[in-house]
Order: sequence, then C-alpha cells, then structure tokens
Amino acid sequence: MSVIAFAKNWEGKFKKSTYELVSYAKDLASRLNTQTLVLSIGEVDESELEKLALYGADRIISVNDSRLNVLSSRIYAEVISQFVRKEFATHILLSDNNSGKAISPRLSVKLQAGLAAAVLDVPKSLEPFVVKKQVFSGKAFAYVQIDSEKKILTLSKNSFGVKENPSTAAIEYFTPELKEDLFKIKVKSEESSDNKIILTDADIVVSAGRGMKSPDNWKPVEDFAAALGAAVACSRPVSDDGWRSHEEHVGQTGKVIAPNLYFAVGISGAIQHVAGVSRSKCIVAINTDPEAPIFSVADYGVVGDAMTVLPKLTEIVLNGE
Amino acid sequence: MKILVCISNVPDTTTKIKFKEGNKQIDDAGIQWIINPWDELALTRAIELKEDASNPIDEVCVINVGEAMCDATLRKALAIGADKAIRIDANPLDAYFVAGQIADYIKKTPYDIVLSGIESSDYNSSSVGGMLGEFLDWPAISSMTQLGFDGDELNIHRAIPGGNQILQLTPPFVGIVQKGIAKEPRIPAMRGIMMARKKPLEVLPAIELKALSQIVEFEQPQAKASCKMIDAEQLDELIHLLKSEAKVL
Ligand SMILES: Cc1cc2nc3c(=O)[nH]c(=O)nc-3n(C[C@H](O)[C@H](O)[C@H](O)COP(=O)(O)OP(=O)(O)OC[C@H]3O[C@@H](n4cnc5c(N)ncnc54)[C@H](O)[C@@H]3O)c2cc1C
Repeated sequence: MSVIAFAKNWEGKFKKSTYELVSYAKDLASRLNTQTLVLSIGEVDESELEKLALYGADRIISVNDSRLNVLSSRIYAEVISQFVRKEFATHILLSDNNSGKAISPRLSVKLQAGLAAAVLDVPKSLEPFVVKKQVFSGKAFAYVQIDSEKKILTLSKNSFGVKENPSTAAIEYFTPELKEDLFKIKVKSEESSDNKIILTDADIVVSAGRGMKSPDNWKPVEDFAAALGAAVACSRPVSDDGWRSHEEHVGQTGKVIAPNLYFAVGISGAIQHVAGVSRSKCIVAINTDPEAPIFSVADYGVVGDAMTVLPKLTEIVLNGE
Repeated sequence: MKILVCISNVPDTTTKIKFKEGNKQIDDAGIQWIINPWDELALTRAIELKEDASNPIDEVCVINVGEAMCDATLRKALAIGADKAIRIDANPLDAYFVAGQIADYIKKTPYDIVLSGIESSDYNSSSVGGMLGEFLDWPAISSMTQLGFDGDELNIHRAIPGGNQILQLTPPFVGIVQKGIAKEPRIPAMRGIMMARKKPLEVLPAIELKALSQIVEFEQPQAKASCKMIDAEQLDELIHLLKSEAKVL
C-alpha cells in the first residue's frame, strides 16, 4: 500500500496546485499509515523537485525524459501505471486540471481502479473508501464510494490548501518502457493566446456580462483586472456573441473556476452561470438592478453602473484606500 | 467515414436538483431531461460535417447507455439529424461501466471518429471519453475545439492552458469536445421531428461488467449568508472589507 501523487510541471516548474496535491497526499498517507510518493514526468531540475519535500513527499521520483516534456495523456497514463504496478501503490492522486482530467480516465481503465473526479475534501471514511465530490456543476455534492482495490482521485483546486510538512526525501529516477507507437499524435503547431494569467489558475477573476452593453466597453474591466493582477472572464452570451473569446466563458457550459475572489460585473446570476463560479471563496456583485439574482449568491454587493464603479475601484486599488 | 456521438441524458440546466429517500436518490419529479450540452455541440458538429458533401462522412450515429426513459433524448438527437441511435439498455452505474459498454459496441461495429462531451453536466467526471480511448487503445483528444477537413486531411484544434494546439492524426480516435466545436447547438425542426420517427433506434443488451464506484449519498450545498451591500459612493469600504474581513486581497 502507498499513495502516489502525480506532480505536473509547467515548463519545468510546479504550481500551487501541485503543492496542494502533495499536501493532500501526505494527509491521506498519514491516515492510511503509509508513504507519500510523488512522481514527476518530464525534465525538471533537482532544485525544483526538492521543493516537493516541503509538503511531505517521502520519496520524490522523477521520470527525466525530454520526450515527455509535452503532455500526452496516453503516454503519461502508461508511465504512471507502470510506476503504480512497480510500487504496488493503492491510491493515485492527480490535480483536477486539464492534465489530470485527461490522464485519470485512461489510468482508471489500465489499472481497473475506480475514479472519483473533482474531489473536495479528505475521505469521509477509509473502509469503505468514500470521498465527497461536486455534482450537477456545483448545485449539489455526492459521496462516492470506490470499490476497487486501487483508487484514483482528482483533487479540486482550493479544496484542501497548501500545507507545509517538511521531509527529507531523496530524489530517485524511474525509467519506464515506452513503445514508439505511443508517440503517434503530432502537434503541427501551437498558438498561445495573449492572456497572461490563466483563468483556471487565477486567484482573482474579474468577470463581466451583458450588462457592459457593448464589446467596446471592456476597457474598465481590463484595467480593473490589471490593477488586481486578476484574470478576465465573461458570461456565456458575451462569448456567444463574439464580444469576448470562448476561453473567457465561465459557467456550467464553460470553465468551472474556484478563485479566492470573483467579481461578477453586469452579470444577472443565472443558475448556469453561478454553477461555474459557486466554489469561489468570495463573490462580489456589481449590478444596476438591486433585485438581480447574483446578489443572493454574493458575499458583497454594489448597486451601481459598472462604467462608473469599475474606474473608481481601479483608482482605489492603484492609489490605496 | 462513420462518426459515433456519445449522448448523456441529463437534467435540464435550469433544474433545481432535489433528492429523496434520505438523500440517496435524485428526486426526478418534474425534471426535464435533455442531451448533455457538450454532447449536443458534438452532435451538431458531426451533422455539419456530414452535410457538407466535400467531407468523407457517410454516417452519424448516436449512442447512450441508459434505461427506456432515455429514448426521448435519443429521438431528439435523431430529430436534430443523426442517422441512427443505439441504446444499451442498462442503468449507467459509473463512467467505467458506461465507457466499457460503448467500447464493446465499437469493437463489434467499427467507427472512425467517436465524439464525447468534455463532461456530463450531472456527475461532472470528465471520464467517458478518456476511458473509451483506453478501452479501445486509441488516442483521445481532450479539449477539442475544432474538427474539420482540409481535403482528406483532418484539421483538429485543442485548447491547452493559455493557448491552442493544432494536431495531426489519422482516425480512429476519440474527440472529447468542448465549447467552440460548434457555434450553437442545433434545434430540431418540424421536418426533422417527423423524420426521426422513422429512423432506427436500436436497443441492445448490456454486457457483463462490474462498476468500480457508486454514489452512496447526496448533499445539498449550504445556503450562503446574506450579501453585505456597499454604497456605490463608498467603494473604498469594499476594498477595505475584501482586505480585512474576507482576507482575499
Ligand atoms: C444549456 C444552457 C447552458 C448555459 N450555460 C451558461 C454558462 O456556462 N455560463 C453563463 O454565464 N451562462 C450560461 N447560460 C446562460 C444563462 O442562462 C444566462 O442567459 C446568462 O448567464 C446571462 O448572462 P449575463 O448575466 O451576462 O446577461 P443578462 O442576464 O442579460 O444580465 C445582465 C445584467 O447586467 C445588469 N446591468 C445592466 N446594465 C448594467 C450596468 N451599466 N452596470 C452594471 N450592471 C448592469 C443587469 O441588471 C443584468 O443583471 C446557459 C444557458 C443554457 C440554456
């Protein structure tokens, strides 16, 4: 028995969500009285790998293969499953982000391991193994019991927190056997968008809706976001009408996000919109209509015109209260 | 080429979800069931591709693992324009069970492209597409935002954090679609509804397969404490509260 956390890197660096996952893995391993193994795939410097020990990794294992620097769910699932089999690991943890979502289903089939996706808390019980997850896009929760011997969890962002728990783990290396035909999908080219802050990673998000009235009115939104170091998001009709890119659409049919602070500006608060943002720690609503449903899910509200409120807020943030 | 689109039958997105029997079951009284929104976009794109005669697509089929209540949703998929529908007659126990059933059907009846939505709006597990890829030993393209042809070559885009990748691959593969794949979901027209009645909806028995997980209980989220209103003329108060009270700035 052991717990394995897959530590995803981005261009050789880990993120807060990686450390949160390792913290969770350590907590679970302590409950199970076993070790926390952290597996990194692709080239990562030892100085970066060592950081994983700060959050409780008992062993840090690196698959230091440059062919694996770009994520391929098929290959990564193969690497992780070989490692799981070698270690007789029982609990496999991934972050609930793009990569975790792509890898975990394949891993589940390879290992015949039940998968609980988007887990929100430490297990409710270990025998049987039951965890809490979000269902109906945040409108409810479910307790999922995993019946297979091996178990896979993907952990929702900001659900456990980063917890320091220093250990003295040495770095080991693991070389999986990979057949050439796994490297079949070729990336022809890559485009990067000009959004510097990735929406699903952002701690603060400024989101605007149809209340802005025209795509030409987004400057106050962007200025306010820039002042806060926040990502910009929007409601569905705004992206459907091409006012903003699809990448910014949040809600039940767009991105589901859980920042610390979410500003809903000129957004009415339709159930499908709220579904995608309800796990935000704090919601601020700015709306001209005091009856707008968004106020019933917000922590703080301002009744006012976004076009005057936003520039004032920007001013206050930049120049102090 | 043949396209198979996986269809999940889910409560309408405006549904207020309630539970019964001590939070063990969904209270389905009054629920309107719809095609999972992402599956609907996948289906729309598949039909668009077939309608353009320059593309090598001969058939669009939809498949669902579910009980008889799902037939109405499959009829809607036929009305939107699918050529035929398959229902594997079983209670969809978990994603592993569902993907295993669909994979078994594909092994017997080959398809070139299989599409699924990035998640199902009920259990939000984002699993069926990736599991299918593994059951079939095919590549699965996650977060696919474009699917088209350039002559005989496929033109596929997928979203990655902070950008977009353009991929080169040949069928068979699983495409896990997200928003962008089609502009608007297609709505069935009267003619489509009439025609759907005559299209084949085949019901097949499930294969023996054990689910790996089960939901043992549901829970309602707690109601939020009331919203603190701030005067639009005193916005420094808001920033102050976000710093000192909510501690999020
Ligand atoms: C299947 C399905 C899935 C959906 N998924 C999503 C989803 O993922 N995400 C999503 O967002 N929506 C989704 N929707 C749409 C959703 O139902 C709403 O239509 C949408 O969220 C409304 O967007 P909005 O709040 O920007 O616009 P509106 O509802 O038009 O609200 C605009 C708000 O702006 C306010 N306002 C107007 N002027 C000003 C001003 N000057 N200053 C400040 N406030 C002002 C108004 O009072 C109003 O509250 C979905 C719908 C369906 C049917």
